[in-house]
Amino acid sequence: MTVVETRTFERFRDVIEDRSFPTVRAWRERTGRKAVGCFPVYAPVEVAYAAGMLPVGVFGGGNRVEIANADSRFQSFICSIVKSTLELGFVGALDPFDAMMFHSICDPARNLASVMQRNFPARHVVYVHLPQNMASPSAVTYLAGELRRVASELGDVAGRTVTDDDLARATLAYDEVRALLRELYALRSRAPERLATAELYTLARLATLMDPADVAPILGEALAEAEARAERPKDRVRTVLVGSFCEQPPLELIESLEAAGCYLVDDDLLQGWRPFLGHVAAGGDPFAALARSYLDGSAHLSTKHDLRRPRAQALIETIDRTKADAVIFLGAKFCEPGLFDYALYRTALEKHGTPHLFLEFEEKMWLYDRIRAEVETFVESMLFR
Amino acid sequence: MSTTTAAPTSYQGTVHELQKELMGTYYRQLTDIAEGKPGKTAQLLIAGNPVELLRTFDLIPVYPEVNALQLAVRKVSLPLIQKAEELGYATDNCAYVKADIGLYHGGYKAPFGTVPKPDVLVCNYVGCNVYLNWFEHLAELVGAPAVNIDIPFIRTPDGEPRAEDVAYVVAQLQELVPLLERVSGVPFDEAKFKRIVTLSARTGELWSRIKALTMRAPAPYDAYFDSVTMMAPLYCLRGTEEGLAFFESAYAELTARAERGEGPLPEERFRIVIEGPPPWPFLRAFRDLFTRWGAVAVASTYSTVGGIWEFGFRHDPEHPFESVAEHMLSANLCNRTLLQRYDQIERYAREWKADAVVIHSVKSCRLFSAGQGDMREHFARDLDIPTLLIESDLEDPRYFSHAQLRNRIDAFFEALEQRRITGAEVVHA
Ligand code: SF4
Ligand code: SF4
Repeated sequence: MTVVETRTFERFRDVIEDRSFPTVRAWRERTGRKAVGCFPVYAPVEVAYAAGMLPVGVFGGGNRVEIANADSRFQSFICSIVKSTLELGFVGALDPFDAMMFHSICDPARNLASVMQRNFPARHVVYVHLPQNMASPSAVTYLAGELRRVASELGDVAGRTVTDDDLARATLAYDEVRALLRELYALRSRAPERLATAELYTLARLATLMDPADVAPILGEALAEAEARAERPKDRVRTVLVGSFCEQPPLELIESLEAAGCYLVDDDLLQGWRPFLGHVAAGGDPFAALARSYLDGSAHLSTKHDLRRPRAQALIETIDRTKADAVIFLGAKFCEPGLFDYALYRTALEKHGTPHLFLEFEEKMWLYDRIRAEVETFVESMLFR
Repeated sequence: MSTTTAAPTSYQGTVHELQKELMGTYYRQLTDIAEGKPGKTAQLLIAGNPVELLRTFDLIPVYPEVNALQLAVRKVSLPLIQKAEELGYATDNCAYVKADIGLYHGGYKAPFGTVPKPDVLVCNYVGCNVYLNWFEHLAELVGAPAVNIDIPFIRTPDGEPRAEDVAYVVAQLQELVPLLERVSGVPFDEAKFKRIVTLSARTGELWSRIKALTMRAPAPYDAYFDSVTMMAPLYCLRGTEEGLAFFESAYAELTARAERGEGPLPEERFRIVIEGPPPWPFLRAFRDLFTRWGAVAVASTYSTVGGIWEFGFRHDPEHPFESVAEHMLSANLCNRTLLQRYDQIERYAREWKADAVVIHSVKSCRLFSAGQGDMREHFARDLDIPTLLIESDLEDPRYFSHAQLRNRIDAFFEALEQRRITGAEVVHA
């Protein structure tokens, strides 16, 4: 893989894996302002940014943190990210954060919010309830109100009042980042030989760790660089990756999927940080606009239950749109929302005639040989069908 | 084991008989509907639910959790769970859901009756996120109209719902009315809704008084193992005359027992609070592990999954929508934070004068279990209340290890006994 060696991507690899959060520490020093750690999946980051804070994606400890204390708090059958995020607290890695934001994504994450609060009472915990009755005419008003509540809670932490203008500006900043990510995703889908998923992932992850104003130029530069590449497409299987929307697989694992003979042409990695299909509407009440984008203008998330459109159908549409030949379900071990979705996907994929491979990972894994071998076998069965 | 009580016994009064009869009738009615007799059903979930509104449209509530637990009690859950696993469900998915999916694929035929295909699916999303998955899957399978009622999780430190949350839930309940009218063919009748809410208010009052009875020593019944008997009528028949009559008889019978100083065991030696759902496939065996030590549950969190009445909540017929909303929002265990659950358990331990807390951690139910290690830490270390944490499952018999549980439970009560004699160190296992 020659492309990964290019400078733009390579220099951020360590940054995204560094659990001392160097970008956040530097930002705090530079601005003198506060930061909020956002547990996945979707966080209303604009609201935090509008409060003058830096919202930062906290995706557990990956394979960089040994769990020594948190496993006495959460049982063996709980996903790793819940434990490793708590462990980050125990080892002081969350010190750059003045608050932590959690959302109603699943039962373990919800209880983690409580456990965090009890064990680290000085760090404010914000709990956001994201609506699940997407069809209700009352949902927009409710969510707009919830976002205002979050704004006032974070405003208290930051020591300021969040105005509508603040939010409108913050939304623009994130819209720009998300638009660039959409372009990068589109490029990879169109010409996956020009942008490896590990590179795209590095960039997307970087966007969860930096001020949108600082990361947008990096994304723009990377996009131009990737567009200009003259790689020849290889004979690989165009594959949609699903299941890794919350706990994140190690970067090396993502790399080894492609190295085993796939082009990932779509994925749900870090999806909560790029949920919207387009720009958030400008003008009017910015809280309501943000609420509307989440309710009516966002992609399917495993933690969002939209009965208006079956999620398996959404996956099939993605397959058709990206002209994918296969699906890899890469689910975090013990992640119930993902595992439930798999049961729906499986039936739909069989009906649609799209071959798929079911894989489980844990963020803390180090060895990828078995998974790589499975993917290779899968790819071979595809190529010689 | 010189210290244990003699023969394991348990309380088997008319309440149990009456419960069997009522639930028999309930499942016969469901079977009749499944076999083509008139009647419409709605599936919904236990945690703080709006059954009063559904009954206003003569929709008979069907709770897939109650079906699933009945399957486990009858020891037929495993093949159904395995059926679901063959279809792509994971070992780590809640086994209630898997048993239910297995049941559906077997034509909804259970040993205790046949479940009719629902006319409407009302997912009251009250805390448990698995509920959302479950009903999303049912919507795909069954094809009935489906709706989520989004209940904002309690986010206030005092545990009270915000005015905005109540308004939002009321709005959703009102939005539900036209759909329920359509599927049931019954027009909305506010007076009837109020009457049903009145029945619930009175049922809640009796249930709350029943719960207060176990403050006495000895407790007249086991607030875990016997409470579960009363839970099925509380959910399946709340808001009906029969349901109310059941609670009137139960209250009369249990009060009389309390006055006679009778408890479920010959001798009440330890008073415990049990947290977490029971292992349904081995309910009896599990109970006996406590009975042999003379341990009686004086309170339990599981009995508050569908509603917490003992701290004062009552439905209010003058404000039926608002009080149903309030019940869903804050007057049940599932929609409250883990820390609020700690407070609830602490209150039980103090006001019901318990000697210890037993946490039964079940793999299926992460709503309950995720973080129970922290809970143990809090009770044992911060509060100095002896606390035992044991693990199995509520539905899947593969996770029940009798010998292991017995060892842990015995060791705990032995130490508790020791502490009683010597005033020794805090016990927590
Ligand atoms: S990985 Fe899955 S189960 Fe774990 S916190 Fe994330 S969504 Fe919840
Ligand atoms: S996770 Fe728990 S509350 Fe949710 S459906 Fe399963 S058993 Fe019920």
